Amino acid sequence: MNLILAMLVILIVAALMVVFSSRLLMGAISLAVTSIMVTLLMFKLNSPFAAVFELSICAGLITVIFITTISFVKPVAEEDLLEIRKRRIKKYMALPVILIIAGVVMSFVIKPMILALPATGQETNFANVLWNLRQVDILGQAIILLVGVFGIVVLFKEGQKK
Amino acid sequence: MSATNVEILKIFIPFIILLLIVGFYYILATRNLIRILLGVEIITKAALLAIIVVGYVTNNIPLAQSLAIIMIIIEVFVVAVAAGIIIQIYKRTGSVDARNIRNLRG
Repeated sequence: MNLILAMLVILIVAALMVVFSSRLLMGAISLAVTSIMVTLLMFKLNSPFAAVFELSICAGLITVIFITTISFVKPVAEEDLLEIRKRRIKKYMALPVILIIAGVVMSFVIKPMILALPATGQETNFANVLWNLRQVDILGQAIILLVGVFGIVVLFKEGQKK
Repeated sequence: MSATNVEILKIFIPFIILLLIVGFYYILATRNLIRILLGVEIITKAALLAIIVVGYVTNNIPLAQSLAIIMIIIEVFVVAVAAGIIIQIYKRTGSVDARNIRNLRG
């Protein structure tokens, strides 16, 4: 339990690092750390398939997409960095305070709460659930993949009219 | 639902809500389009974690995993298309500031 708690704290710290980093690259790397923490938590919660997807796609592919996008954009000059950092701290100073207040409030609200979720574990085979029970989702996913590919092709198509 | 599962749920819920607050605050406070996308990612992480935790405590892990995988794949395409849009906006306006793309406003 302590290990899970430590992972959750690291997860929040990494998310805060995404917010407070003045360089976009550091933000993207912190997001990858967040993904890694989510992966470890998934492994702890007996969800290895989702964890592998999270690690390879969210921590790997999405970080690559972010770094590629950042490399297209003009970097901030070194002399402006200090000014930007100061501005960012001023802008996001309220966030840790909000988090602490929300944390304290939730610790009072959630602890005495009586939670009752239905126990609905009928199917135990993951492959059965994914390929038989969620067939419509798979179809929708395939359509979204197709739409995504077309979207990217259209976005990066050079102006052919010229 | 056993007592341990309730305990696990009570540990996870506050952290998931905190992660959601971080993501929403980030999206609301920033004007940089890439940072907005990073904020969306943080919110997605919170949602993903919530799905897995609820799947675990209700003893329905296979369903939670399949939903999480579908969500991850859709997330990738959202990020890829959004990144493409951001690059095109940068090419046209020379910045990634959300205030510079108000040309379509009525």
